Amino acid sequence: MMKIADLHLAIDGKPILTGIDTTIPETGLTALIGPNGAGKSSLLYCLAGLDRPTQGAVLLGDQDVAAMRPDQRARQIALLPQENPAPPRLSVADLVSFGRWPHHRGRPTETDQALVEDALADFDLGALATRRLDSLSGGQRQRAFVAMAHAQATPWMLLDEPLAALDPKYASDIMARLSRLARNGQTPRAITVVMHDLVMAARHADWVLCLKNGRLIHSGPAPSVMTGPVLSDLFDTPIEVARIDGQPVPVILSPAEA
Amino acid sequence: MAKTRLIWLAGALALASALYLGWGLRAPMGFILSLRAVKLAALMMVGASVGAATVMFQTITQNRLLTPGIVGFDALFILIQTLLVLTLGGIGFSALPEVSKFAVETACLCVIAILMFGAILRAGAQDMTRLVLTGVIFGILMRGLTGFVQRLLDPSEFAVAQAASFASFSDVSATRLALAAPLFLLAMAGALALAPRLDVAGLGRIRARALGIDHDRLVIAALAAVSLLVAVSTALAGPVTFLGLLAASLGQAILPDWRHRMAIPAAAMTGALILVAGQTVFERLLGLQSTLAVIVEFLGGLVFLALVLRRQRI
Repeated sequence: MMKIADLHLAIDGKPILTGIDTTIPETGLTALIGPNGAGKSSLLYCLAGLDRPTQGAVLLGDQDVAAMRPDQRARQIALLPQENPAPPRLSVADLVSFGRWPHHRGRPTETDQALVEDALADFDLGALATRRLDSLSGGQRQRAFVAMAHAQATPWMLLDEPLAALDPKYASDIMARLSRLARNGQTPRAITVVMHDLVMAARHADWVLCLKNGRLIHSGPAPSVMTGPVLSDLFDTPIEVARIDGQPVPVILSPAEA
Repeated sequence: MAKTRLIWLAGALALASALYLGWGLRAPMGFILSLRAVKLAALMMVGASVGAATVMFQTITQNRLLTPGIVGFDALFILIQTLLVLTLGGIGFSALPEVSKFAVETACLCVIAILMFGAILRAGAQDMTRLVLTGVIFGILMRGLTGFVQRLLDPSEFAVAQAASFASFSDVSATRLALAAPLFLLAMAGALALAPRLDVAGLGRIRARALGIDHDRLVIAALAAVSLLVAVSTALAGPVTFLGLLAASLGQAILPDWRHRMAIPAAAMTGALILVAGQTVFERLLGLQSTLAVIVEFLGGLVFLALVLRRQRI
């Protein structure tokens, strides 16, 4: 279980996150939702141990993630930051093998190689393995980055808007793969995803955290959080949750009065 | 493929070296050979240092336009030298043993470079434009400060300071060479030891940290190695602003590999090859002495412009 204990974060004296106190379950897919500027990415970086909270802590067991040794932490927590330009000349297989770095520190073994192959296969990247990243479409590249985080084989995976700028086909493909990783297999993972797509969140998330103005205003199992009143309050815009084929589908009704 | 190209590069370098040593050799052979060997060693060390330093610097700044030369590492070295002349006086500076002079200059360069660039890289590594602007302005500042301090010197001291601050491949002191060689080997060994972590740093600061790299410490280690290499090359040949860009870009064109254990030797050998081949052509073929630095700067400047114009974003 990842415990967030009275976490505050201020940057240059400006409060970004205020008094966040919750836990994230050990398995399953957790969606982190909220309006722009709510502090979702900042919270994710704190969970990853890359930003040190001004007050409070993120605890993994009884260990403070911000105080863990970097190499040790990277074997527990994988973070996929928002897309930024990938280095030139890197192939898909090269990128995915970087996921094994925390385990081999520059000296890959056969096990590492095998796990990279597995990750490539799990994300249908076998045929693209030797292609250069800059020759891929946005959706394929994003899949390669997620495969890299997967190859890191950590119990915890944190992804910052992996669906940004993806068309519905790629977005639902990635979400379906992530929720499979989170639920099935001999080693279920805890996967936390920052996302803007409420339909995807309602469809795939097991647990939801709602962040607004740096505060956690709701958290809990998806069915209890992904409801019209909660979402309307969170985004300050009327939202209703319809049901199509038994699946919850959040619908934005009309923009709030300007 | 990468390995064969590296071997080809080494072969070309060996050929150029043999040509430099052997072309137009007359009696007294032993004497001329030993003179040429000192110069050849200096040329190779300068080219290799500048090439390797540039590749490392470009990785930690995540920027293909910046080089230690452009952001003024070598200008900083000259500034330290000039300040030494100012405080000790021309005679005091000349009387100082070469070893301690070199040690003081190199140590100052390491510390100042780590303090300045370590801070910039930690705070603004995400902001490329700011990094490029800060770097270029820093380079101009260092050159300006050097010019200012040189104006404070009296003419004879100025001559001492100036002798050290011109790129020159034709007069190399054997003492400096003996001092520079161990430092050069140390820095290159360090660079190759950092190579696997530099590969990860190539993914960007956040990704590298997420993969368990202590990025701040890596930046400091890399800056220390870069400072050593710049100290070696500047002490031997004076500042050459654009050689690094030329060596790194050509090295990457010859051997397009993102792995630093390939890219660093490739850029180092390319840098050495440019200088050795260039000096051979100028000295032996054209009978000229001091124009190589000018030509290298001219071509390097063109590469810089081409890189700037070719990419829309920095």
